[in-house]
Amino acid sequence: MTNEGARQRIGFGLLLAATLLVVLPVLAIIVLIVTKGWSALSLEFLFTMPRDGMRAGGIFPAILGTFVLVLTSIAFALPIGVMAAVYLSEYAKDNVLTRIINLAIINLAGVSSVVFGLFGLSLFVVFLRFGVSIISGALTLGIMTLPVIITTTREALRAVPKSYREVSFSLGASRWQTIRHSVLPFATPGILTGAILSIGRVAGETAPILFTVAAFYLPKLPHALGDQVMALPYHLYIATTQIPGVPENYRYGTALVLIGLVLVMNIAAARIRSRFRRKR
Amino acid sequence: MNSRIGKAKIEVKNLTIHFGKVQAIHDVSLDIQPNEILSIIGPANSGKTSFLRSLNRLNDFEPRLRINGSIKLDGLDIRNDIEAEDLRKRVGMIFALPIPLPRSIYDNITYGPRLAGLRDKTTLDRIVEESLKAAYLWDEVKDRLRSSAQKLSGGQQQRLCIARTLALRPEVILFDEPCSGLDPISTAKVEESMLELRKSQTIVLVTNNTKQAARVGTRTAFFLMGELVEIDATEKIFTAPRDPRTNDYIVGRFG
Repeated sequence: MTNEGARQRIGFGLLLAATLLVVLPVLAIIVLIVTKGWSALSLEFLFTMPRDGMRAGGIFPAILGTFVLVLTSIAFALPIGVMAAVYLSEYAKDNVLTRIINLAIINLAGVSSVVFGLFGLSLFVVFLRFGVSIISGALTLGIMTLPVIITTTREALRAVPKSYREVSFSLGASRWQTIRHSVLPFATPGILTGAILSIGRVAGETAPILFTVAAFYLPKLPHALGDQVMALPYHLYIATTQIPGVPENYRYGTALVLIGLVLVMNIAAARIRSRFRRKR
Repeated sequence: MNSRIGKAKIEVKNLTIHFGKVQAIHDVSLDIQPNEILSIIGPANSGKTSFLRSLNRLNDFEPRLRINGSIKLDGLDIRNDIEAEDLRKRVGMIFALPIPLPRSIYDNITYGPRLAGLRDKTTLDRIVEESLKAAYLWDEVKDRLRSSAQKLSGGQQQRLCIARTLALRPEVILFDEPCSGLDPISTAKVEESMLELRKSQTIVLVTNNTKQAARVGTRTAFFLMGELVEIDATEKIFTAPRDPRTNDYIVGRFG
C-alpha cells in the first residue's frame, strides 16, 4: 500500500512538474516584456509617427498596419475557410479526391511561413500585379491561416449532434436548409474559436508580410488596399537588428504593444462568441 | 376503417436493403392500410428500424446503402415519383430519444412549416396551438412558448417532438421506439396521443415493448434477422401466431 502511495505521489509530481515547465516560459516572456517595455508606453508612443530614424516618437503606423492586416486577412480567410469546411464535412463523399484535399490542407498547415511569403510575392505581387500592398499581404496571410480555420470549423461542425441533422431532414428540410438552420448556428462558437486562433498567428507573422506588404519606414497612414503599411512584427525586427541606437525600452515596448493588440482583438472576438453561445 | 378497403396507404414490395455487405432487410413485402397502427416488433438487429427509416428515405444518408424493390405511397414510388423533402413532409418521424432542437418551444414547432415557406404569423400561431393540443402538451407549455425546448422534461420533450411532426400535417407518422426512454406515465400519454392520431393519420410503430404493440397496434408485424416472419391482426399475433418463431419471441418476452 505505502509503495503504491509513493508511486502515486511520484507520478503526480512528474505531471505537475511538466505542467509548471510549460507555464514557466510563458510567465517569463510576459514578465520580461512588461518590465522592460512598460516605461516606453505613452500616448505619444501609441499614437504618433516615428521620429529620428525610428529611434524616437511613436509606432502608430505599425499598430494600425497590423490591425488592418488582421482584419482584411480574416475577412478573406474566414468565409472561404468556413465554406470549404462546410463542403468537406457536409457534402463531400469519402473518395480519393476528398482524401487528397484533406492531405493538402494538412500539408498547407505544415508549410513554413517564409514559403508563404515567397508564394505571395510571386502570385499576388508579381503575377497578379497587386504590388507590395495590403491586399497582397492580407491574401498571403489569409492563405496561411486557412488550414487553421478549416480544421477548427470542421471540428465545430462535427460536434453538432447527428440527430439535429436527422430531425431537420425528417421535417422536410433540404440539405442546405438543414446546414443553414440546424448545423451552422450551433457550430458558430467553435468556428469563431478558429478565427481567434488565426488572429494571433496573423498579427505575429513576419515572413509572409516581408515581401508582400511591409514597409521599412512609412510615416503616413494607409488610405487604400493598394497601399503599403508598416507592421509591428517587422518593425520590431528592424528596430532590433537594422537600426543602431534604438532605446531598449522602445523595442520591448513594441513587443508589448503587439501582445496587447492580439489580446484586445482576442477579447473582442471572444465576446462576439459568447453572444452566440447565449443566443441558443 | 376506410371506405376503400384494400387500397393501401403504403405498399412495400420485395424490399431488400444492404448497408455495404451487410444485408439489413431481406425481401420484405407488406401493405400498410390507411388509419391503422401497424406495430413492428422483433429482437435487436431484426431490421425493424432500417425498414422504418426506408419509408421516409432517412437512411439515404448512409454512405453504402443499396435498396432494391419498391415502396409506394398512395400508388407513387417514393424513390422515383416524389422528392425526398416532399416525402418527409408527408411521412413524419418520431425518434427513439426526444431531440428538441436548441431553440424555443415555438421555434421547434414552426421549424418545418417555416422552411416549407410559411411566414404568416397568425397561421403559425394557430399551427403551434393545434399541434400542441393534439400532442397533449398545450396546457403544460402555453404560457412559456418562447422558453427553451430543452428545459422540458423527457416526456414533455417527446410530446413536443410529436407536436413538431404534426405541425406539417403528415399523412403517415413513423414512431421509432418512441417510449424507450420514458417513464410509464409519459408512455401512457404518448400511447394515448397515438390512438387519437390514428383517426386522421396512418401510424407505423417500431417497438421493443411487445406489450405496447399489443395495447395500441391494429396489426402487428414480427421481424427476425431482416425478414418479415409474420403480419396479422394484433390479437391474432398475440394469441394464435402461425409461425412458431413468433410464438417463441412473444412467450419469451412475457414468460
